[in-house]
Formats: sequence, C-alpha cells, structure tokens
Amino acid sequence: MSKRTSKAIKRALRDTFPIFAGYLVLGIGFGVMLAKAEFATYWAAIMSCTMYAGSMQYVAVELLAEAVSVGYAVMMTVLVNIRHVFYGVSLIDKYRDAGWRRYYMIFALTDETYSLVSTTEVPEDVDKNNYYFFISLFDQLYWILGCCTGCLMGNFIEFNSAGIEYAMTALFVCIFADQWLSVGGRKLLSGKHISAMVGVGATLISLIVCNIVGTEYFLIPSMIIILVALILLRPVLDRKEDKNAE
Amino acid sequence: MPSNVTAAHTLLLIAVIAVVTLVLRAAPFILFRSGHTPSIVTYLGRVMPPAVIGMLVIYCFADIDFSRWQAFVPALIAAAVVVILHIWKRNSLVSIGAGTVAYMLMIQFLFK
Repeated sequence: MSKRTSKAIKRALRDTFPIFAGYLVLGIGFGVMLAKAEFATYWAAIMSCTMYAGSMQYVAVELLAEAVSVGYAVMMTVLVNIRHVFYGVSLIDKYRDAGWRRYYMIFALTDETYSLVSTTEVPEDVDKNNYYFFISLFDQLYWILGCCTGCLMGNFIEFNSAGIEYAMTALFVCIFADQWLSVGGRKLLSGKHISAMVGVGATLISLIVCNIVGTEYFLIPSMIIILVALILLRPVLDRKEDKNAE
Repeated sequence: MPSNVTAAHTLLLIAVIAVVTLVLRAAPFILFRSGHTPSIVTYLGRVMPPAVIGMLVIYCFADIDFSRWQAFVPALIAAAVVVILHIWKRNSLVSIGAGTVAYMLMIQFLFK
C-alpha cells in the first residue's frame, strides 16, 4: 500500500467518526425494529449490504412486514429517496475522475456520506479519490455493523424497545440543526437559512393541504413547491452565496 | 418471519428497493456525464440539500397524532433535547442518542 493511500485511509477513519457513532445508533434502531417485525438477523445484513439507505430501510421494515406489492414499493422508494438525485448533481465534478471507485461511491451515496463529502476539504497530501472512496466504504461498514447488532439485540435480548424508531427523527433533526448552525456563522437567522426554511415551509403547507384533500402522499407536491420556490429565489440566493465567498 | 410473508417476496421487494435507490443515486451522473453541467442544475445541487433535510424533518413528524398530547409532547421535547444538545456539544452521537433515549423513556414511563 502506498503512503498516500494509507494517509487517505487514516484521514477517512478520523473524519467519519461522527458517522460511525450516528450509524451505530441508527443501525441498532433499524435492526431492533426489523427483529420486532419477526425477521431473522441475516435479513438486516442483506438489506444493509444491498439497499444501504437509512431512512428507506426504516420504511422498508413496514413494507416487508406487510408484503406490499412491487408497484407500491417502487413508489415509496422514489418518494423517500428522490432527494438523492440532488446529491449526485452537486458531486458530478468531485467524483468525475475517480475511475472504478466511482461506481461504488455512487451506490453508497447516503445522506451522511453526502454531507461529509460535500463539505469537507481534502488535505493537499491526501489523494482525493481514495479519500472519498474510503469514506463511502467505512460508512457502509459502520451501517452494516449497526444494523446486524440491532437485529441480534432485538432477536435475543428481552427489552422494551418502544420508541426506538425515534432514532430516525432524531437523526434528521440533528442534521438540520447542524446545517443551520454551520451556514449561519455567528448569526442564528440570516439569508443563508432561506433554503432550509423553504423546505420546512413547503412541506408544512403541502402536509396541511393534503390532509384537507385526504391524501397521504404529501411529499410529491412538497418537492414540486421546493423546486419552484428555489428556482424563483435564484437571484436572491445566488447573491447571498457571492457575499459569502467574499 | 411474519406468517403472511414469504422469503421469495421479501427478496423481490429488497431487490426492487435496492435497484430503484441505485437508479436515483446514479441518475445525475448518467444524465450529465458529458461536458458541462447546466448552471441551474449546479445551483439546485447547492441549495437543495438544506431544503430536503427540512422536508425530511417534517416528514418524520407527519406520522404523529397531533390530537393526542401524549403522542406529540414527547416527540417535541425529544426534538428540543436533540437541538439543545447539538448547539451545546456539536456531537451527533450525543444528540441523536440522548434524543432517542429521552423519547423512549418518556413514552414508556412518563406519558403512558
């Protein structure tokens, strides 16, 4: 192994530590839920190796336990994971020359890996492609470990796991708070928070309207409102970014 | 495995979810492979993530029954625990772990 590669591995290990912690907690939450739905531990292993999608795996527990139709599963997956399309968009240039590693990195592009890769500066003496690759790989290994541990716990240890599904809510609230605190600098409310507010506002409006109309698929209208609003707000938001760069 | 479920159907569903997820993740890399990415796409790629996380936060709360205070009060308190701890410690494990445990304790003992 070259020195640059081992340096990339070391850096990736260090920088993924928060994700190691988060994935362990979240993976255990998922594993326990899957066990309570009466699935054996190898199903947790299969799911975390092939799907590798945190929130979708939580949703999938219900889909599998109710043995839903293929069409319904496709629709739910598109709804829950459509956001991944936008992750790729901002990483096209970063991942461009990663060669064969690119295929795995695209497969393994979860919320957490995305947030790390898109915000971390690669140190000069570290190979960028190896660094991103090992971040992706380590994150999935943490996730598999968490999922299987949780499923074993759920299947073999007696304890009251009611409420463990809140791990997913806590995860997203945490990511949201983290993003909010990091873009604002010292300001708790500024123009840079507009897109986060658009997301919350659009979804609330969509949720309320869909409740009145009587449909539970509020994520589709919400995505459309977010898209339209962000495109309309482009003159404002682009200027905000410029100010930031100065 | 639940009695109404077969291994074959479970495998089929897992495969379907895995493939759809992969297609969604790969779509932008396939669509904008050659040459320049349109500037509107780059712009959306930059401003979209915070909006989507905001959407997912609301999505997580959407299942809660807001007509029962025993259901929504613990969820809101636990969310406050996550935010306050995160402002204080900035440690994801602490924030997520403590929020989840706080929620479990509340619904198991306090708000039965």
